[in-house]
Amino acid sequence: MPGFEPWSAERGGAIIAAHKGQEGATLPILHALQDAFGHVPRAAIPLIAEALNLSRAEVHGVVSFYHDFRDAAPGAHVLKLCRAEACQAMGADALSDAAREQLSIDWGETTPDGSVTLEPVFCLGLCACAPAAMLDGKVFGGLDRARLDGLLKRVGQR
Amino acid sequence: MKPRLFVSRDAGALALGADEVERAIIAAERRRGLDIEIVRTGSRGLFWLEPMIEIATAEGRIAYGPVQAGDVEALFDAGLLDGGAHPLRLGRPEDIPFLKRQTRLTFARCGIVDRLSLDDYRAHGGYRGLERAIALGPAAIIEEIVTSGLRGRGGAGFPTGIKWRTTAQAEAPQKYIVCNADEGDSGTFADRMIMEGDPFVLIEGMTIAGIAAGATKGYVYIRSEYPHAIEILGRAIAIAQRAGCLGARVLASPYAFDLEIRVGAGAYVCGEETALLESLEGKRGMVRAKPPLPAHKGLFGRPTVVNNVISLASVPVILAEGAAAYRDLGLGRSRGTMPIQLAGNLRHRGLFEAAFGLTLGELVDDIGGGTATLRPVRAVQVGGPLGAYFPRALFDTQFDYEAFAAKNGLIGHGGVVVFDDTVDMARQARFAMEFCAIESCGKCTPCRIGSTRGVEVIDRVIAGDRRPETLALLTELCETMRLGSLCALGGFVPYPVISALTHFPEDFGIRRGAAAA
Repeated sequence: MPGFEPWSAERGGAIIAAHKGQEGATLPILHALQDAFGHVPRAAIPLIAEALNLSRAEVHGVVSFYHDFRDAAPGAHVLKLCRAEACQAMGADALSDAAREQLSIDWGETTPDGSVTLEPVFCLGLCACAPAAMLDGKVFGGLDRARLDGLLKRVGQR
Repeated sequence: MKPRLFVSRDAGALALGADEVERAIIAAERRRGLDIEIVRTGSRGLFWLEPMIEIATAEGRIAYGPVQAGDVEALFDAGLLDGGAHPLRLGRPEDIPFLKRQTRLTFARCGIVDRLSLDDYRAHGGYRGLERAIALGPAAIIEEIVTSGLRGRGGAGFPTGIKWRTTAQAEAPQKYIVCNADEGDSGTFADRMIMEGDPFVLIEGMTIAGIAAGATKGYVYIRSEYPHAIEILGRAIAIAQRAGCLGARVLASPYAFDLEIRVGAGAYVCGEETALLESLEGKRGMVRAKPPLPAHKGLFGRPTVVNNVISLASVPVILAEGAAAYRDLGLGRSRGTMPIQLAGNLRHRGLFEAAFGLTLGELVDDIGGGTATLRPVRAVQVGGPLGAYFPRALFDTQFDYEAFAAKNGLIGHGGVVVFDDTVDMARQARFAMEFCAIESCGKCTPCRIGSTRGVEVIDRVIAGDRRPETLALLTELCETMRLGSLCALGGFVPYPVISALTHFPEDFGIRRGAAAA
């Protein structure tokens, strides 16, 4: 898992400037900021507003609308477990319960040692390989308790 | 000639270990001093056999699967490169019944070609549709698409040709083609497979749409949950641009068309076309009231065609083979083929493209082979999280837009999710409402408030709290959401809820025959 850069207004401003010329630049800017910093820092919002001639409230409204954008950096690893129907049909609910119990965190939370953030995802398009998960951008299918334990071991939680 | 080994790099195959298999193949090649050409393809769509690899032999390709990294040495020992015998040997993929029974038009190349080779694409019929489209000109292209009977494969089923004609007739200095690749329905993965396995077909389809509608710019809005599709389609667009298949003079014609990818941010509602347009414009993905139609006032207020990936990817073959060949497949007002996605608890899970008209029972029992858990099938959700749950009693329903509507369901984007007899249908109904509450854009009250109240009311039904009155309340709430919501999210969430209640009342603590619905 690549580490994220600490926030810097200079770097943030450069990212915003690189994308502001596109049509509908808000989402591309937010994605680029999150790729760099692991989240969309609060301090970036006035800079985006200024660059796109929007109010800060409008930018905040966009950031907060989308599930992807975080307001704090995630743990060293991000584990996304699919909670949608095709995975439910193959036992995803029990796996989710097991993961939350084992990590002692709920959806959207990070373990106290900062090693892993657990996020729900509603479909990875791996419905023919259910139950599915994504760990740091890598996909996993056909999960069962043993494979889940393997993923938890990778993130240092077993 | 070097042996050619085809390795599926579809995200589904990767999720099952294809990366590790490829590494093991490369290691084995080095250790044995061999020189193999590894061709990276998409998936054939037989996911219970993934990771699948295929070797080109004199008798055609021979497939092996499901292969794990640990099997690779033994496969080489068994003469993999000559199609040698091994317990994982599947024979010719075209002879596997699941594939043999299909009619692959949209997915004709997926899993077969090198997904990023324009030469391979052309060698398998690619760009013949666009060449014919350029010769025909806009009006005749639109007539072809209208005649083909192609309807929106995203779920709404609106005739694609009519949409194009409306945009073509609108006057504006700039028009857009927007491809909806926000494939959020659970149980669906056809868009993802095409983008990862045959990206040029989508590029070609969008280019034809651009010429027909008079649009020079296209956007593909892909959900962020599909990083592999984003990468592969992005590389394919760059290849097409360099080869003159996109740009100021497409295939040296007078027509200009170019494409850009935009990435969503985890909002299911952005699969609704007007919310998608808002998101592309950089706003919250809030649904717009219609009219105006996107065909008149779409992206940035300009006339815009918004089509699903599969609708657009079906266009090249229609142009190449002629509208009649496509129209002659299917039944009633559902013409051509539909890539059906068999998912959830099934033995044979994957992509099944066939002419409309198969029954749900054939799909689940014969083609899907029953449940993976070997327990009885109890319920099948068709059409994603907003689709109805079907019991076995309705398995004679034919896969067709109107036939499913007549049974209070929908085919949606073609997802079929199978559940065995351990499913709790009250819990599934509750999940439908919970999902709607999480994903509601918040613009209209029935969806925003109704979904949260729906979860609470279903909890009360389950708890047995004044059940007849509570059930009446739930039915009335569903009616309000169905009739009063601005888009299909709030408007269709009653489908899974009411179908669960109607067909599986015992799970709600109701005697059969006494259901409120």
